[in-house]
Amino acid sequence: MDTSFRLFPEQASTAAAQVDRLYIFLLAVATFFTLLIFVLIVYFVFKYRRGARVDRTASPGRRFWILELTWTLIPLGLTMIMFGWGAELFFKLHHPPPDCIEINVLAKQWMWKIQHAHGKQEINALHIPVDKPVKLRMISEDVIHSFYVPNFRVKQDVLPGRYTTLWFQPTKAGRYHLFCAEYCGTSHSRMIGEIVVQEQVEYANWLQGGANVSQEAAGLKLFEQFRCATCHDNPANPRCPPLRGVFGRAVTLNNGGTLTADESYLRESILDPTAKIVAGYQPIMPTYKGQIGEEGIFQLIAYLKSLQPPRDMPPPSQTPGRGSSTKTDLKP
Amino acid sequence: MSKGELPKRHYLNANYNVWSWLLSTDHKRIAVLYMISLTMFFFVGGAAAILFRLELMTPQGDLVISETYNRLFTLHGVVMVFFFLIPSIPAVLGNFLLPMMIGARDLAFPRLNLLSWYLFMAGGVLAIAAIVGGGVDTGWTFYTPYSTTYANSQVMAMALGIFVAGFSSILTGLNFIVTTHTMRAPGMTWLRLPLFVWGQYATSIIFVLGTPVLAITLMLIALERGLGIGIFDPKLGGDPLLFQHLFWFYSHPAVYIMVLPTMAVISEIVPCFARKRIFGYSFIAFSSVAIAVLSFLVWGHHMFVSGQSLYAGLVFSFFSMLVAIPSAVKVFNWTATLYKGSISLETPMLYALGFIGLFTVGGLTGLFLATTAIDVHVHDTYFIVAHFHYIMVGGAVMGYLGGIHFWWPKMTGRMYPEMWGRVSAVIVFVGFNLTFFPQFLLGYLGMPRRYHVYAEEFQILNVMSSAGASILGLGYLIPLAYLLWSLKYGEIAGPNPWRATGLEWTTPSPPPTFNFDQTPIVTEEAYAYPPLTGAPADEKQFESVAS
Repeated sequence: MDTSFRLFPEQASTAAAQVDRLYIFLLAVATFFTLLIFVLIVYFVFKYRRGARVDRTASPGRRFWILELTWTLIPLGLTMIMFGWGAELFFKLHHPPPDCIEINVLAKQWMWKIQHAHGKQEINALHIPVDKPVKLRMISEDVIHSFYVPNFRVKQDVLPGRYTTLWFQPTKAGRYHLFCAEYCGTSHSRMIGEIVVQEQVEYANWLQGGANVSQEAAGLKLFEQFRCATCHDNPANPRCPPLRGVFGRAVTLNNGGTLTADESYLRESILDPTAKIVAGYQPIMPTYKGQIGEEGIFQLIAYLKSLQPPRDMPPPSQTPGRGSSTKTDLKP
Repeated sequence: MSKGELPKRHYLNANYNVWSWLLSTDHKRIAVLYMISLTMFFFVGGAAAILFRLELMTPQGDLVISETYNRLFTLHGVVMVFFFLIPSIPAVLGNFLLPMMIGARDLAFPRLNLLSWYLFMAGGVLAIAAIVGGGVDTGWTFYTPYSTTYANSQVMAMALGIFVAGFSSILTGLNFIVTTHTMRAPGMTWLRLPLFVWGQYATSIIFVLGTPVLAITLMLIALERGLGIGIFDPKLGGDPLLFQHLFWFYSHPAVYIMVLPTMAVISEIVPCFARKRIFGYSFIAFSSVAIAVLSFLVWGHHMFVSGQSLYAGLVFSFFSMLVAIPSAVKVFNWTATLYKGSISLETPMLYALGFIGLFTVGGLTGLFLATTAIDVHVHDTYFIVAHFHYIMVGGAVMGYLGGIHFWWPKMTGRMYPEMWGRVSAVIVFVGFNLTFFPQFLLGYLGMPRRYHVYAEEFQILNVMSSAGASILGLGYLIPLAYLLWSLKYGEIAGPNPWRATGLEWTTPSPPPTFNFDQTPIVTEEAYAYPPLTGAPADEKQFESVAS
């Protein structure tokens, strides 16, 4: 890792140059006004020092309103530019392109557990290929953490109980700091890691290495272990909404509302099933809170995403960022 | 104007009995009680800073273990924010001067004022008990669910201490508002009030409206931590972001509680040492109120990356830009006051000019943070730490010290030694910049805050910062020494050593217990300094005593 002294961290993502450009604009404005006030104060203090023979007769009052208006409106205009430019970039930072590599992140005191779709797991390190957009889906097992990569200029708090997402596209191979940026207890400053950005070939080799169980296969095991099929895939038991093709499907709730079944909805349905009830069904699903951890939920969601809808169901709606999970029909 | 002797009887020697101090309802004595207790808290918070700045000279954790480090920075934040900065100017200078500046004998509710001090002390004792009992390791921001479910430290005791001290703020704010409305002397219209009074008034609005939210938030922490009632911890059915909204709803206006009074002090010092009416009186007065109101609309700028919605983020960013404008207006008005003034650089003026420069930097860097896309990168880094220290230390503390020096002759009847005053002001200014400017660089480079150990490339800037902190500490110790010295050996000041305008300067120094023999009648605008022409004859009347 580059440990030489510098003023700006190396730019290693598509966002970094854009953020730095806005920063330099702000620096220029701030430097200008700081120098302006500093110079004016020093100049006035010197020129009008006690005892200096200089004309101090008061200026006409007309200038008063012009000055007040000027130094109200110019700062207002400049701050609105900062607001607008920042807002535009903020939007871009939060709207990933449609074809991201999706990776799950589980934060816990005091480590980062990374789960790749193909099954590779990492602790405190994240291997990704250069020049491809990556989207992280993150959750914490305990307290609030924050995933921060200074070289990418991105940061997102990682919360317990709820997914947050973060996307970026690295532009340069190398190793970059990963820091936890939300104080989380004793070893907060040791909850750090490395983002390893590799060239495509190297990354492909790294992915192959080691025996891995894919997320979907692990999810299937859990699906069987907890007997989800008893209710959800049993033609003799129409008590429960069918799960084939559920991901991305439009769902109507019993209170009339509708939603698209995304990762957060599936997670909530497993841990807090009575929170939302599908129209036409009863609230009879038991909760799996305490029995399935967040890692297991990631795997179950990967499995559910892989299920093809049966022929007589409408196709799932197009959801951005579905990632490249392999679709395998694992049940007959 | 005879300045050879102190007045025979004044508020300090009216009675020497300990109970006459501890049960005093004289606003001036209560101000002195606050000044002593606040000074002690300042040095407790400062001691914690010395320790962790020492630790931060090396990337490894080699002075203290992480548990201790986390308690040190929490102690520093809690004590400095709740037990020094928030009360500081209102409780010391506001209490002492507000009635005098409006021509009153005391505040509207003198006994309530005494109760305020006792509530502050009770809260302070609880906080010290929490520290002595092992300390708190949550940061002064107490984010949940860490503070409610996971922290193994004295969260309850500390929360209780802050809760109790908060009522001190609320009562002081109430007292100031009622006093300003109902006890102004004849002729003291709102637009003739010294800007110091406008500043305390605006601050009091925030005290009264904001502090109750903090009280409730602390109670909710106690309910979850003590009784397991799920409010913030998702495992109990709660929402961690709810805490952040509630906490920042108070704590953002709280930072304006820390800065509005200090701006008010600057508005008194600059006209006096420029011998000129302040430029843009009504703009500064209304800016104070505008800042107080707008301050309640921006809390979500602490939460841009928290998981809050994008759109909420944009609204908060927009209002955060707006709240900067009245502060900018004030800076320009203070600078314009210098134009064609007759300026001398006594200690209060050095602090005031230093304030203007450092507050400008602090305020401008606030704009960086209000800019959402930049905040994503620098949130929770040393950039934030640098920003708020520029405002709170470069701003608020320098204003406090400037005010203490400016009104020291009035409060004690004696002058401090001017040369030492000026030397300390310069040491503080230099030490401050050396401590905190490198932290802006550290922040953009990516060093997170609240880090006990850090990546080795950050060491050089950390060493610079720690070196600066030692100079800054020296700059604070020297005034402690000479101000105490001056109580016995300082030159007798007389009623108005600065030849300042303002009703407080028409009384003897120190003032009698009831301030004025007769209620003054006000016929002039504030800052009615005679017009300057530059003619040599004018200069003689402006010779200040401390040259």
